[in-house]
Amino acid sequence: MKIPRTPWLLVVAAGFWAAVQLLRLVGFNDYYLFIANLSLVYVILAVSLNLINGIIGQFSLGHMGFAAVGAYVSGSITTLIFKLSPNVAAHYPGFVLALVAGGVAAALVGVAIGFPTLRLKGDYLAIVTLGFGEIIRTVFNNIDAVGGPRGLLGIPKFSTFTVILAFALITVAVIRNIAESAHGRNMIAIRENELAADLVGIDTTGYKVKAFALGAFFAGIGGGLYAHLLQIAHPTQFGFIYSVQVLIMVYAGGVGSLTGSVLAAFALTILTQLLKSGLSSLKSLTGLPIGGDWYMVLYALLLILIMLYRTEGLMGTREAKLMVIPEEDDK
Amino acid sequence: MSAVLKVTGMSHWFGGLKAVSNFNFEVPEGAIYGLIGPNGSGKTTTFNLITGIYKPTEGKIEFSGGDITGAKPYRIVRKGVARTFQNLRIFGSMSVLDNVRVARQYAPVSSFLASTLRLPSYKAEERARKAEAMNLLDVLHLSGRAKEQAKNLPYGELRRLEIARALATNPSLLLLDEPAAGMNPKEVQDLMALIARVRDEFKVTVFLIEHHMKFVMGLCERIKVLDFGETIAEGVPELVAKDPRVLEAYLGKKGGH
Ligand SMILES: Nc1ncnc2c1ncn2[C@@H]1O[C@H](COP(=O)(O)OP(=O)(O)O)[C@@H](O)[C@H]1O
Ligand SMILES: [Mg+2]
Repeated sequence: MKIPRTPWLLVVAAGFWAAVQLLRLVGFNDYYLFIANLSLVYVILAVSLNLINGIIGQFSLGHMGFAAVGAYVSGSITTLIFKLSPNVAAHYPGFVLALVAGGVAAALVGVAIGFPTLRLKGDYLAIVTLGFGEIIRTVFNNIDAVGGPRGLLGIPKFSTFTVILAFALITVAVIRNIAESAHGRNMIAIRENELAADLVGIDTTGYKVKAFALGAFFAGIGGGLYAHLLQIAHPTQFGFIYSVQVLIMVYAGGVGSLTGSVLAAFALTILTQLLKSGLSSLKSLTGLPIGGDWYMVLYALLLILIMLYRTEGLMGTREAKLMVIPEEDDK
Repeated sequence: MSAVLKVTGMSHWFGGLKAVSNFNFEVPEGAIYGLIGPNGSGKTTTFNLITGIYKPTEGKIEFSGGDITGAKPYRIVRKGVARTFQNLRIFGSMSVLDNVRVARQYAPVSSFLASTLRLPSYKAEERARKAEAMNLLDVLHLSGRAKEQAKNLPYGELRRLEIARALATNPSLLLLDEPAAGMNPKEVQDLMALIARVRDEFKVTVFLIEHHMKFVMGLCERIKVLDFGETIAEGVPELVAKDPRVLEAYLGKKGGH
């Protein structure tokens, strides 16, 4: 008899869920819950960016552009449903479909961008993706039907802790299973030496497009959850600076380590909130001209420090045990 | 015997530099064919043209009777042309085993969905990939290293790993770019035996570049000599070795012109 492996990822997620439910009873207030939710959204964004930047070794700087597509597409759908009948509970299946639609739309945009640009390498690809991310944002900024510069308002609050956690779990599990599969091996080979990968028969361009599409899909899901958490999709939420923030999470955790991305998403989301409130109170105490937004300066410093002293980030390319799928015959 | 590889009138320019000039030849099935010539004479460029890294400025490359001129490298590989690199191109952070099994691209890989869900078809495929790779590592005397990170292997073993990886693509033509470079005399001796064994066991045709004269003369059945992109001699080793133009190309270099 074969004993099925313990699904550790599911166990950890369930444990986290239970812990938060218990803490809710003893003073884990809405603000803390919001931070937990936001962290999980960033887990989705960072892990999906790591597929592109870490596993297959491309350099995308426009991840928030994909998140914007997911946010606006899913947000438009749910606000429409909500207007027809304002009964949140009845609309959860519709919400999930809207999220997936947002993910698919983001993936299509990813493919549309991927085909012409993925021949570019390194810096060039980074610049082009940065440009596309900004274009996407500017497009939404100029579409009146989705609120233009005012943003898409009145998005119903579908993103509960349980929903976000479930999607984060699915994202991490799917991307891990791909990274740990033969497809993941092909992608890592492309990262390690593209020419050699080509010359063992790997369709390098095909894989890059697929990785881009998949990363964009999950970024679209993340963006949709984000919009349904904040109840708004606004062009400024998806600016370049936030793409950089996700990028820093990936680098801080270790490019190529999904475990690192998950840990860094939590650590840096919490750090951001601490810094924001810390800097704000410092401002009101001392009168120094340093608002909460100055946390970004500290982010930039963090990036510089990583690049100077620890390019491999927290984890390098190592993974926690629960992120590794053991091979059949080596126990 | 039929020709596995047939090249006609192939030339290649890099800007104003003619790196390969009017290259013509046929490699018969099952042969071990050598390509020699001084540094910079266009040998590696010839490999790069055959494997599709560059498209020749002029001429035609046929493999197993089909035209592969200007085809994409990964398609040429899947048709059965594999190679190693003069300057090693290892997947450094991957294990030795992964370096080999990642090269099994001739058989289709399950869809993303089947792979993600670890369906039985995917698992069966992975077993086949692993078994084949382990067998190749055995042949190349690397099975003890299977779990190690490739970049930690010594140079001689990396050269063998590249051969194992090339064989994993299931080739009928194997191109080796200076396989003995950086090896000691004992390793060179073993490598000669190994290449002959690989040819017989895997039924491949071998086309190799090498500087080591003893190696080339001892192993190859036919040799082609390049100098400044031009073919200056071609034939069986005994005759090529005596060819005055070959002697001049090699000794002339030594004379320092
Ligand atoms: N990508 C390239 N661009 C420009 N010149 C090149 C390129 N590759 C090779 N060359 C030139 O072509 C000539 C032949 O090089 P190569 O084929 O590498 O010689 P070798 O016989 O030593 O393998 C050399 O002069 C080299 O400098
Ligand atoms: Mg060379």
